[in-house]
Amino acid sequence: MTTAPHAPTPARRRPGRGAALRLLAAVLVAGVLMSPLYWMVVVAFSPRAELLATDLRLWPRSFTLDNFDRVFSGFPAITWLGNSVAITAVVTVLTVSVSLLAGYAFAQLRFRGRNVVFLLTLSTMMLPVQVIIVSQFRLVTDLGIYGTYWAVILPTAASAFGVFLARQFIIGIPSELLDAARVDGAGSFRIFFQVVLPLCKPLIAALTLLTVLSTWNDFAWPLIALKENSLYTLPIGLLYLQGQFGSDYGATMAFALLSVLPMVVLFLVFQRHFVQGFARSGIR
Amino acid sequence: MTQEARVRAPAESRPASPSSGEGPSPRRSRTRRLHDAVTGYSFLAPNLVLIGVFLFLPLVWALLISFRETNGFGDGDFVGLANYQRLLSDPAFWRSLANTVLFTALVVPLSLLAGLGCAVLMNSVLPARGLFRTLIILPMAISGVATALIGVLVFDQNTGIANKLLGAIGISQVPWQSGGTAAFISVVLVTLWWRIGFNMIIYLAGLQGISPELYESARLDGAGPWQRFRFITVPMVGPSTFFLLVMNVIYSFQVFDIIFVMTNGGPGRATSVLVTYAYERGFSTREQGYAAAIGMVLLLVTLAFTALQWRYSRTRDLVE
Repeated sequence: MTTAPHAPTPARRRPGRGAALRLLAAVLVAGVLMSPLYWMVVVAFSPRAELLATDLRLWPRSFTLDNFDRVFSGFPAITWLGNSVAITAVVTVLTVSVSLLAGYAFAQLRFRGRNVVFLLTLSTMMLPVQVIIVSQFRLVTDLGIYGTYWAVILPTAASAFGVFLARQFIIGIPSELLDAARVDGAGSFRIFFQVVLPLCKPLIAALTLLTVLSTWNDFAWPLIALKENSLYTLPIGLLYLQGQFGSDYGATMAFALLSVLPMVVLFLVFQRHFVQGFARSGIR
Repeated sequence: MTQEARVRAPAESRPASPSSGEGPSPRRSRTRRLHDAVTGYSFLAPNLVLIGVFLFLPLVWALLISFRETNGFGDGDFVGLANYQRLLSDPAFWRSLANTVLFTALVVPLSLLAGLGCAVLMNSVLPARGLFRTLIILPMAISGVATALIGVLVFDQNTGIANKLLGAIGISQVPWQSGGTAAFISVVLVTLWWRIGFNMIIYLAGLQGISPELYESARLDGAGPWQRFRFITVPMVGPSTFFLLVMNVIYSFQVFDIIFVMTNGGPGRATSVLVTYAYERGFSTREQGYAAAIGMVLLLVTLAFTALQWRYSRTRDLVE
């Protein structure tokens, strides 16, 4: 992803003007895209009076931590954080394991019905989750897990995306490697654990990060599956908080900032893996 | 595990044809095929259980519920196609469908264009290119709820920064919350902010696959920057465009987080889309049968679009 630039030559002929224009465009685009995040941070650290002022203020004139105090004193923010961590961790372990196992079977094993089952699995990627949200709700109620972590975890882990990604990756492992192991007498399970898994590190990294991100930020299904305040994840808690504060945005933005910070850090640190993961999801 | 080793044994004596299912004697090949199936489906089992129980079962169930009139938790009564008939004469449904189509028709081309523009820029010679790229894709890390709440903050028609900025350049107060059109524009803008990064990444990967010699020879033939973009870049990123078209249309048809949090379909029904309407029916007024019917329409539209895409795209083999 971060390969050397294919130097387009207009820059070589008119180095000054072209480069300056491109830089200007890039600054504009990045500035416009960053401004909402900047504003979230400003409002989170500003007293309420700042926001109500009618004149245009693009930077904070006073600094306060009141908004954070209001969040932590009135709401179980730490509990919500813990819920998000727990649910994200379990969903990620489940999704990555299930996807690797299935991806290996679809990519490297031959058995009757494989292609039909793969197409069926793949077809669920086209299924709008909202189509089945009513019956999923009744299903988790009937299973007796409504209102527990599992009501969120199990339906969230039922996703074909990871399986697809894993299959596309594992299909690229040279079959000579696997055949060699088979000649040495290894069964499919040993080949999976001893040959395939060690080669799958980039896949596991991308899959883990993508699953962590999407689960952490997931909204529609947790909104329905979690009834008790004490089980909320961060996005649901954030919406609840906004319901309490209304147009008093300071506390809401303070909590919004805290809730997105872990993913922003993760994203910045592992950017290369994210980008490769997204790119790989589109182009085999 | 032990049984596996036993069945496996004959294969070890014939290492020449390791995994092909075509053994010489029919009996051996039948055992072999059975063994292969057992192995294959053991690897698939967790995936099949999850997808079967939590996706296929609810799908069939949703279809069944859509033929029933329910409220609350009971099974309700079988009413045949009554829910679907009711859809036909429900102005709120038609408004939501029209809004969904309009939303898609705006978001998809705009986000593709913006994504391609950013990708071309980020693929060129640029100081601090890595930093700029990071900033453009950063919104992808922000949750839909936080994104929507930032949208609420920015587009608050009384205290929001959007109106203050517009006021500074002489544009009077835009009714982002009370005006239907303005509210619709605000959810489109927020969605674009959220989606451009993904489109740029996919386009960037596509651009990096284009050979620089193509541009070089076009330049020797006297093609200007626009012509090179139009006749080399655009056709060469065709497969990326196709993939993004499918992904973005599906996303737009299913948009929920941003609209639910920002406007909840309002003011009136100005920003109501199929999914927020189905949610309202299913969980606010608790007409689950009716909500399921709306879901089925959403599914049909998605399937029809996907089928059209595959049928009419010459590049479909690139996204198999």
